[in-house]
Amino acid sequence: MTQLALVIDLNVCVGCHACVTSCKQWNTSGWAGPMADFNPYGADPTGTFFNRVQTFEVGEFPHTQTVHFPKSCLHCEDPPCVPVCPTGASYKRKEDGIVLVDYDKCIGCKYCSWACPYGVRELDEAQKVMKKCTLCVDRIYDQTIPEDRRKPACVIACPTSARLFGDVHDPDSEVSVAIREAGGYALMPEWGTRPANHYLPRRRTAIRIHPDELVRADNPLTKEDVALPSADNTLEDAIM
Amino acid sequence: MELPGTRPDQDLGRHEVKTTTCYMCACRCGIRVHLRDGEVRFIEGNPDHPLNRGVLCAKGSSGIMKQYSPARLTRPLRRKAGAERGAGEFETISWDTVFDLLAERLGRIRASDPKKFALFTGRDQMQALTGLFARQFGTPNYAAHGGFCSVNMAAGMIYTIGGSFWEFGGPDLDRAKLFVMIGTAEDHHSNPLKIAISQFKRNGGKFISINPVRTGYSAIADEWVPIRPGTDGALFLALIHELIRLGLYDRDFLTQYSNAAELVNLDEGSSEYGMFVRFEVPPEEGCFDPQNKLWWDRELNRPVGTHTPGVEPRLLGEFHLADDTPVKPAFQLLKERVEAYTPEWAAGITGIPAETIRRLAHEMGITARDRKIELPIAWTDVWDNEHRTVVGNPVAFHAMRGLAAHSNGFQTIRAMSILMTLLGTIDRPGGFRHKAPFPRPIPPCAKTPNGPEGVRPDMPLDGMPLGWPADPDDLFVDAAGEPVRIDKGFSWEYPLSAHGLMHNVITNAWRGDPYRLDTLLIFMANMAWNSTMNTAEVRRMLADKDEDGEYRIPFLVVADAFHSEMTAFADLVLPDTTYLERHDVMSMLDRPISEFDGPVDSVRIPVVEPTGECKPFQEVLIELGSRLKFPAFVDKQGKRKFRDYPDFIVNYETAPGSGIGFLSGWRGRGGEKFLRGEPNPRQWEMYARNGGYYHHELPRSYQYMRNWNKGYLTWARAHGLTRYAEPINIHVYSEVLQKFRLAAQGRTDTRQPPDRLRKRVETYCDPLPFYHEPLESQLTDTRRYPLNAVTQRPMAMYHSWDSQNAWLRQIHAHNHLYIHPKTAAAAGIADGAWMWVESRWGRVRCLACHSESTEPGTVWTWNAIGKAKGAWGLAPDANESSKGFLLNHLISEELPPHDAGEHLSNSDPITGQAAWYDVRVRVYPAGPDEPAESFPQFAAMKPAPGMTTARPKWFAYVAGKFAGASGKEP
Repeated sequence: MTQLALVIDLNVCVGCHACVTSCKQWNTSGWAGPMADFNPYGADPTGTFFNRVQTFEVGEFPHTQTVHFPKSCLHCEDPPCVPVCPTGASYKRKEDGIVLVDYDKCIGCKYCSWACPYGVRELDEAQKVMKKCTLCVDRIYDQTIPEDRRKPACVIACPTSARLFGDVHDPDSEVSVAIREAGGYALMPEWGTRPANHYLPRRRTAIRIHPDELVRADNPLTKEDVALPSADNTLEDAIM
Repeated sequence: MELPGTRPDQDLGRHEVKTTTCYMCACRCGIRVHLRDGEVRFIEGNPDHPLNRGVLCAKGSSGIMKQYSPARLTRPLRRKAGAERGAGEFETISWDTVFDLLAERLGRIRASDPKKFALFTGRDQMQALTGLFARQFGTPNYAAHGGFCSVNMAAGMIYTIGGSFWEFGGPDLDRAKLFVMIGTAEDHHSNPLKIAISQFKRNGGKFISINPVRTGYSAIADEWVPIRPGTDGALFLALIHELIRLGLYDRDFLTQYSNAAELVNLDEGSSEYGMFVRFEVPPEEGCFDPQNKLWWDRELNRPVGTHTPGVEPRLLGEFHLADDTPVKPAFQLLKERVEAYTPEWAAGITGIPAETIRRLAHEMGITARDRKIELPIAWTDVWDNEHRTVVGNPVAFHAMRGLAAHSNGFQTIRAMSILMTLLGTIDRPGGFRHKAPFPRPIPPCAKTPNGPEGVRPDMPLDGMPLGWPADPDDLFVDAAGEPVRIDKGFSWEYPLSAHGLMHNVITNAWRGDPYRLDTLLIFMANMAWNSTMNTAEVRRMLADKDEDGEYRIPFLVVADAFHSEMTAFADLVLPDTTYLERHDVMSMLDRPISEFDGPVDSVRIPVVEPTGECKPFQEVLIELGSRLKFPAFVDKQGKRKFRDYPDFIVNYETAPGSGIGFLSGWRGRGGEKFLRGEPNPRQWEMYARNGGYYHHELPRSYQYMRNWNKGYLTWARAHGLTRYAEPINIHVYSEVLQKFRLAAQGRTDTRQPPDRLRKRVETYCDPLPFYHEPLESQLTDTRRYPLNAVTQRPMAMYHSWDSQNAWLRQIHAHNHLYIHPKTAAAAGIADGAWMWVESRWGRVRCLACHSESTEPGTVWTWNAIGKAKGAWGLAPDANESSKGFLLNHLISEELPPHDAGEHLSNSDPITGQAAWYDVRVRVYPAGPDEPAESFPQFAAMKPAPGMTTARPKWFAYVAGKFAGASGKEP
């Protein structure tokens, strides 16, 4: 059975917010829209977004990490938002695992947002219904869109290609391979929601220098009429 | 609710897709705009476009909210009779009236003294046209925003390696193994850099970020090296010290492709002191380096002409010519220069531990030496040596305003360019690579007039308004050595100010130093707010009057698409179109979007009709140029040559029959030629058919080593990219600077600087890079003002442009001052509290945010989020003005009076680059009784006639329709 999902590579996410606004512009005029904005030109503007980037710092100077963390509905395999819905508005599709909301059935009671441990549901204050990421369900099957663009708007926009999209149940899919090989993880597994979306962690590349590499026979200083740096000088300075 | 996928999106209305170029920042990505019933429904990156390959950033994806912004100006406006300038009282007028009024006024100025008209522009991407307009008008007073942006980066690199970062070159991250990014704003070069960094990281390269703060790109660096602002030069010099000490430099590259081995005359008594020894007079003079200098032959121990076949020169040593002239290779002088610049010395200045500096040098040197790339590409150099391969040392750098916006930036960037050269990374795989039209000669050929006689009534300027001085004779000064330009560009105060000094125009014009202006035309630059230093004072100057009641700047014209702090001060407002409403070109004559593999230029083609009476600024210039009968715009009978801007683009040639125009693709009558060819009447159509860009991919053998690549240089000359097919040797040692120094020392009989500037020119025009404390710090009590204050630009905003954007302002509605928790604690400033930040020039109240990713001696904020009340279509209580703030209030446009004079620009003494990041500050908490509001505040601006004044409580956008206000479901 197919389970579509996003895999977000924190190793390359620079926090540019391309995913945030590309999502907004696709979806506000799409099936899941509109997405209202309050006080759009006044104090404390706030609106509906299906995807937001949180930024936080980890560690103390100078060993600080700045983490950009994009967050949207994780399309849980066992979504706690679905069973709590009194009207059946929230549902998980069998064919692809996408969690959706039927606005006609939604009464805006917010049970689902209380049940969601990830805080990714947004009550549209204009329409008074719950809205959330649909994985651009109105793009990904649309045969009139070129096949290579038949992906969520956030995925095609992402400048660092930090967002991968595919079937996490297919072991050979790009997303499954990435999760397996790059240490992909799900958020808060202790809640038992089995999120379909995964995150890939930061990976650090280092260069190791052997002291020998600093003293070489082909040192260009040998072509000059000068004394070479003495060994004790060079090595003492180089060994860490 | 209908099941998803019941109807394809394109069936929800009349669906069209149009291809054009984004302009939500200066990156210029290809976009596909989806329209539903003629309104914008979705903007996506163009997958075929070479620049962004289908991706699009947060700004580009919010273009819809720019198009429909309530801040849009839609009618030409004139300040109401009797209304004070700055009060924002306007009446609407017709375009006919605008043109009559401007043609009369400008015609009068042009016929009497053309320099009384000044045209300065912001980040407009049409400098080829605005520059042409200024030149044809005959005024020297033209520049774009480069002087207050990154001219140090352009000039520092172009005067050293013949190319620079961003539009004209960049890091080859596809092949690099080590990437060092230093002082880079998050929007330079936006999407291509993001694409490249992620690929680089995935390919396993090591990414080092050197920056006082860790945000954006730096966040994903493998190593973050915090550095104190303005000290990057010290770091580079220490790295050079270590690389030379250990012999970790590319000797072959230095000897063959730079002037490192060339012998410098050290005869103290000679007027040639510090100049290269020349063995013959060049047969032809031009803007290239004649190959008439000497090496010291290692084998035969005697001088020999450079590039003599089979000769290996000395890089180090001290020698005497036959006439006993003492000489040293330039590299020996560099080695002596960096002797004292030890890692320990730099550690005390930069705050980076000496062992880290040493390790960085080793990682760079060893990666360059031991991880060489050798591509099986045969090429021939200009000395006719045939090479079977192209070699690369895979260490790449990228830098931008963090280095540039300091008064020591030019020499810092020279040091960086020399470091890149030592590592052997210039125009080689995995290192720095040029983009057409670069590399260009050092310096490039364009020159301004060199005296006041270049400005003539009713005549075009006798030279370019901006250029690249090669020696004191190229300066644009009068007989007394004083400036001709209003901004004092190309004078002894800022001899290599290649982009002008826009940041001093208003102050100089207000003071009448060097003279008064009549009319100042500002195009899309917010000079009454975030694009000016000393904002409050400059606002006062804009509206200041003489004793006789006349404005000191008599007539102020502002062309912009949006209502800004600047438009309030206009006497005349010209409403521009948005990028979705107009034709535009990203021209090879300006800053094209070339790739490493060859020239690329591109166009904008309107996707929607202009709003209201908006008119593209290009059309305004074409109309005025035609009415004023500029030679380039009318024929011999004085009849208008160009119908409109698109017609101008097709038919204009730089000289009659030159075959060179604004667009390089599909030239020739049938579109069969490129770069050079007759006008093609169907050129726009051919661009449109190709997704709005033209990309000429060079043969692989022309893609590298272009400074010395015979094939490339010959090709570039044949296609009009360069004037000469001569080698462009890297200036490790800068004779250009030495010429200015010799003049300042009175050793040469060239033009001499005024006495007050002799010491300044002698000190800073050093042929080798050196480190000095930024000028403001030298003149400031740094114990009283111990901290540095800088700005960064967030990736979701471009300068001040996006506060009027309903989606983007939800990401950054107001800014904070980021401060290290220990620094804040020492000052008693709590996280999230109101605080004061104060420089010797003023103080600002703002909100604090504690940050561990901030170097403790630095405070910083996002640039240009803060706005004046009521500006940019925002409500007076918008966060941007109530909580947001502008750091510019703390920064002076002039240095305090000192030995070089008063009223010197707060800029680099060589290039005139605005030294934004030199400012020194102190911080303290705001008092408990103070208002919870940012300071300073200004009277709320009124909306202009023609603007949408309704600010709905809410709306929901659906393909051009705004549901809202009623609260009902649309």
